[in-house]
Amino acid sequence: MAAAEVSQPAMRSDATFRNRIANAPVNFFLLLIGIAWLVPAAGLFVTSLLPPEVSNAEGWWNVFSNPSELTFDNYSQLFDNDQITHALFVTAQVTIGATVLPVLFAALAGYALAWIDFPGADLVFVAIVGLMVVPIQMALIPMFTLYNKANLYDTVPGLILFHTAFALPLGIFLLRNFFIGIPKDLMEAARIDGASEWRLFFKVVLPLGLPAIAALAIFQVLFVWNDFLIGFVLAQDNTPIAPTLAGQLRQFGSNLDVIAPASFFSAVIPLTVFALFQRYFVQGLLAGSVK
Amino acid sequence: MTSTSVRAEFPNPVGTPPAPRQRARIRALGLPASFLAPAAILLGIWLIYPMVATVVRAFFDDRGDKFVWFENFDRMFSDPIIHTAIKNNVIWILVAPIAVTAFGLLLAVLTERIVWASALKIVLFMPLAISLFAVGVIWRIMYREDTEQGAINASLKVVHDVFKDEGVLPDARPSSDAVSDRFVFTKQLSAGDTALLGLTAISPREVPEGSTQAVEPQSTSGAITGVVWRDFSPGGGTPGTVENGELGIPGVTINLLRGSNTIETATSENDGSFEFADISGSGYRVQVAPKTFAQPYGGVSWLGASLITPSIIIAFLWTSVGFAMVIIGAGLSAIPRDVLEAARTDGGSELQIFRRVTIPLLMPVLTVVFVTQMIGVLKIFDLIYAIAPGSVQNHATTLAFEMWKRSFSGQNNFGLGAAIAAFLMLLFLPFLIYQVRSQRRNL
Repeated sequence: MAAAEVSQPAMRSDATFRNRIANAPVNFFLLLIGIAWLVPAAGLFVTSLLPPEVSNAEGWWNVFSNPSELTFDNYSQLFDNDQITHALFVTAQVTIGATVLPVLFAALAGYALAWIDFPGADLVFVAIVGLMVVPIQMALIPMFTLYNKANLYDTVPGLILFHTAFALPLGIFLLRNFFIGIPKDLMEAARIDGASEWRLFFKVVLPLGLPAIAALAIFQVLFVWNDFLIGFVLAQDNTPIAPTLAGQLRQFGSNLDVIAPASFFSAVIPLTVFALFQRYFVQGLLAGSVK
Repeated sequence: MTSTSVRAEFPNPVGTPPAPRQRARIRALGLPASFLAPAAILLGIWLIYPMVATVVRAFFDDRGDKFVWFENFDRMFSDPIIHTAIKNNVIWILVAPIAVTAFGLLLAVLTERIVWASALKIVLFMPLAISLFAVGVIWRIMYREDTEQGAINASLKVVHDVFKDEGVLPDARPSSDAVSDRFVFTKQLSAGDTALLGLTAISPREVPEGSTQAVEPQSTSGAITGVVWRDFSPGGGTPGTVENGELGIPGVTINLLRGSNTIETATSENDGSFEFADISGSGYRVQVAPKTFAQPYGGVSWLGASLITPSIIIAFLWTSVGFAMVIIGAGLSAIPRDVLEAARTDGGSELQIFRRVTIPLLMPVLTVVFVTQMIGVLKIFDLIYAIAPGSVQNHATTLAFEMWKRSFSGQNNFGLGAAIAAFLMLLFLPFLIYQVRSQRRNL
């Protein structure tokens, strides 16, 4: 990559010029694509800043001829709404729990599968890879029944455990494949020095595996924060933000002052995480899918 | 491996305590077991148990106490809404993964040629960080049908109005039998005849500006004359005759027809009168031009029963193409430059190189993207719930959606829901086998 970039300026200038001309339509086309991707999101943002009598009656783009209509009232009302603030609090709790636990458990399992020699290790790994494909729908009915019996229905721990379990196959897969790339000499040296497996895990594997762990953690934050189905089925009063807004869909068109700011605000946190840790996230995706 | 052969040679007498070597093996298994235990317990309770339980549940009735053999599957395959769900699943699977992969490939190739590639990647990748629920809300705002409210229909209206004017009188109707439904004056005309084109159902607001009292046309030799007017006066009046207080309609295009061809057009004056001069012979008809009555552009019903699935697929493309583009882009930059250079030196055109060199080298990456999208598409739930209005849910449904609906939306048909889930799992089986196989190769 770097080499190619460095060699660019060395090319003959008329060739570069010809390239620029040929690239004009490409630039234009991609500019249109970029706009097509931004407009819908901008529409939500502008709608969230309009008073209800405006947003429900006319299109958000009219704001460009009448910018004085913009207001933060919807947002201040949003944070006065106990149902919404409670939902955001639940979402935060579930996201933290369902990120820490699967990362820890997947790291432990991934380490065992990568570096501890035991019969059947490969078989266990392959089975876990198979579980990556299992859809959530497959677990809903039995777990709904079980949760009601075990008093886990409508609880934060119940949601955390469900998310944790479903995050494990991908997590173990990612971390095992990353850990196995740690140089063998390093591990052997530590073992010869008498380090126990636990010490090896905490002192060598975890620090070296940090990029993969970060990638998994970010992926998990986004996934759990954005979940709809699990919270929708397994909770009622303690639902995360997306399922809490589900009821609002019924009057869509008359309640844009509620649903638009709530949706936009619920997207701000994952978008921030994504913007800050974009590199890790993309690397994690690449590690997971391009093998 | 060696330990088994040793054990085969010296089998342990029954009842004696385990030999030290065996105890070492148990300890050796104990260590990985302690690392694997938390994951194993969670996977056992939350994935493996429910998979088995769902399949078993599918053979019991909705309350779960009676074994009903295949009754739930019978119900499932004879239910018209589930037929729609299966049909929609087929559409999703045929369209979405290919579209995402192809579009992602196109964008990945094109972004290699621009300077601001990383900015574009961030923009296209951004929707992936937003919940599908919020994506649904975003697109529902885009898809609002009223051209005053929905951005897509508003844009379509702008394009539409460039090519086609809105009619002056969208709601007008003939006032009497003298004018047909297609606004043709029923009488055949010759030179010197007159035509009375009376229209009603025009609100005072719709009467064009400058309109004055309509005037009964006078016969003119060598010409066809007529009037187009609002054939309505307070109190009613007589349909088909021009009366006091009835206004002419200015600016209306009138067609002169011979057979089915329009041979001349005229425009009405402020008093509604019009004239076709230099007419000879007979067999003419007069018609108010249909464009006068063109309805204003009403917009596309994106969220209506017939378009709902394509509409949701568009929203899905918006969220997924960025992922495909980034993954394929990474694959592209991993292709050795000298391979491409060699192909160029051999005289291959860019298109040839793309088809014969780039695509085959990218195949593994394209397959990964395609399979990931297939799996994602089969699970799709949030987008359907958020975008499809309640009244068209049954037209937008898929198996994953229907599984939820039958079990949890208050219907409590757990037997049927479990049967749908089991059937869904069957559809996932090929992907499971694919995953396991591709991973075994990498072990």
